[in-house]
Amino acid sequence: MQASPLRTILFAGAVCVVCSIFVASSAVALKDRQEENRLLDLRSKVLLVADLAAPGEKLERDRINQLFENNLTARVINLETGEYADDIDPVVFDQRAATQDPARSEIAPANPAKVSRLPDNALIYQLLDGDRVERLILPVQGYGLWSTLYGFVGLSSDLETITGITFYEHGETAGLGGEVDNLNWQALWPGRRAFDDQWVPQIEVIKGVAGPPESDPYRVDGLAGATLTSRGVTNLLRFWLGENGFGPYLDQYRAERGIS
Amino acid sequence: MTKAEREVLLDPLFNNNPIALQVLGICSALAVTTKLSVSIVMSLAVVFVLVGSNVSVSAIRKGLPPSIRIIVELTIIASLVIIADQILKAFVYDIWKQLTVFVGLIITNCIIMGRAEAFAIQNPVRLSFLDAVGNAAGYSLILLVVAFFRELFGTGQLLGFTVLKATKDGGWYEPNGMMVLSPAAFLLIGLFIWVVRWKKPDQIEDEFHLGHLLEPHEVSLLR
Amino acid sequence: MVQHYLSLLTTAIFVENLALAFFLGMCSFLAVSRKVDTAIGLGFAVIFVLGITVPLNQLINQTLLKPGSLAWLGLDPVPDVSFLTYLFMIGTIAATVQLVEMAVDKYAPKLYNALGVFLPLIAVNCAILGAALFMVNRDYTFGEATAYGLGSGIGWALAIIGLAAVRERIRYSNVPAPLRGLGITFIVVGLMSLGFMAFSGIQL
Repeated sequence: MQASPLRTILFAGAVCVVCSIFVASSAVALKDRQEENRLLDLRSKVLLVADLAAPGEKLERDRINQLFENNLTARVINLETGEYADDIDPVVFDQRAATQDPARSEIAPANPAKVSRLPDNALIYQLLDGDRVERLILPVQGYGLWSTLYGFVGLSSDLETITGITFYEHGETAGLGGEVDNLNWQALWPGRRAFDDQWVPQIEVIKGVAGPPESDPYRVDGLAGATLTSRGVTNLLRFWLGENGFGPYLDQYRAERGIS
Repeated sequence: MTKAEREVLLDPLFNNNPIALQVLGICSALAVTTKLSVSIVMSLAVVFVLVGSNVSVSAIRKGLPPSIRIIVELTIIASLVIIADQILKAFVYDIWKQLTVFVGLIITNCIIMGRAEAFAIQNPVRLSFLDAVGNAAGYSLILLVVAFFRELFGTGQLLGFTVLKATKDGGWYEPNGMMVLSPAAFLLIGLFIWVVRWKKPDQIEDEFHLGHLLEPHEVSLLR
Repeated sequence: MVQHYLSLLTTAIFVENLALAFFLGMCSFLAVSRKVDTAIGLGFAVIFVLGITVPLNQLINQTLLKPGSLAWLGLDPVPDVSFLTYLFMIGTIAATVQLVEMAVDKYAPKLYNALGVFLPLIAVNCAILGAALFMVNRDYTFGEATAYGLGSGIGWALAIIGLAAVRERIRYSNVPAPLRGLGITFIVVGLMSLGFMAFSGIQL
């Protein structure tokens, strides 16, 4: 059965129209829900690191938003100078979009975490008690074995200890590198020390088992069978806590509070 | 249901399993079977797309101009996959994150295209519907069996619940790391095939049968 | 600079081999690997298709599909059509495969006959779409996409030729009847991919 060219074109056109209607409507109808999912997922991860939610606790959507909005303040900081960039609205600022935008970012210096671009500004969260900063929650990212890991690390108000770590996006192998999501592994982090006396990041995910935070503050157990992902976590933490990442901001922070 | 219909529905489970005999749909079967929950979601997505595709192709088969047949099939399949992806992202966000690119890869899942070309284009809607359900079930069967063993022996858990308490959580079971790695999926499917063909010797091959995919004059070229 | 592309190429060929590490393109991988000659033919076709479609898709992604890329239209708010990614990717792939098919038919008719239905099946070879999707996921530049496309193609070709070589040998071995053919092939591929995992420790 040979169809005339006109009929072929009309048929093809009809298929396109029908398919586009279905696809576009589903995309548009579900967009808000998806965006909300993404935001809730991010917020619950931040809450975890801020110690406002217990590991493994499944919170209701309203509770997540309530805890987040009541306790956490988002601030935009300039990475290079370390100063607050309060002219940028933290509610609309999208750090990832800024990182891709050549006007708002630059090429990062070569680093083992394979961070390729640095945004001019970054979005951090502060857990405030009145006016006092109780905790700092900093976004971190870096390459593992198969993918870039995106997560948050929490620091105590005196920057002495790490309060927690979590990853909200990554493509590492489930059961191996994917164990960065394992709550038992994440529970090894609170109490560890990130910096030495010169404020150089020394935290390391080692191969094997490390001691408890009191006696072995700079090392965390490695992920079994996931050497490269573990190395990736070390690299990304050291990068972002170091001079190319949040270093300048942390210097300012310490100066403000008279911490030496 | 007539006997013919029942055959169409049940054959793809063991007699003509899309993965184990027809050699279709392997890619995603291997990559997503590290966790049972992810495999269940993937199976449901494939059911959705396969049924939608078979029914649509069968419905338009009489009017479809032959010159654009494959592209039209691909368009329908791709659209269904996009819709499935949007639904997953909206309703099971955590699992969607773990599926990443593999939902998109359903488009190229040879089962979908394979059944559209081999069955739906020549058969009425009701039969095509049953064929889709049967093949999706056959595909899901393998996925769930492989995921069951991989998650159980690889992590000691099933659907996130601890069955064999792992040493790193204070238990006795040392998880078999190889199960979590991709090659284990291949080995498991190889073993599945071994068992099925031991029970059904008519599937044993002296040559690799691809009759359903080739024209008759092409089969001899395989030798 | 060259080092960056070389390392991308090497990673794509060995460490992130599309067939043996990600298990993409399995259908034709298992079906066409019975003879080394046809495997070589299909391998080269895949290299060609990947080498063209990945950079091409990168351009499309860059100008049309990426969220924010439609800024050049000047509309406000910038429309986001990233949900059309799959359709565009598969469209360019299908078109490229059609062209490759016509070229092979004209210039290498024997290969065309030997490959049979598997040449058009490259269009639905998950390796092609998979590579494009990984490229989108990792947001490569045009140069990186080209290196990655060529590298993945070479890796896939290497894997299928290797498997064909093993399978030609195994035909004379004493494989238990139920395992003969497809079963033992699965096990061989499992072992091959286990072997390729040795490359994952390479840091480039």
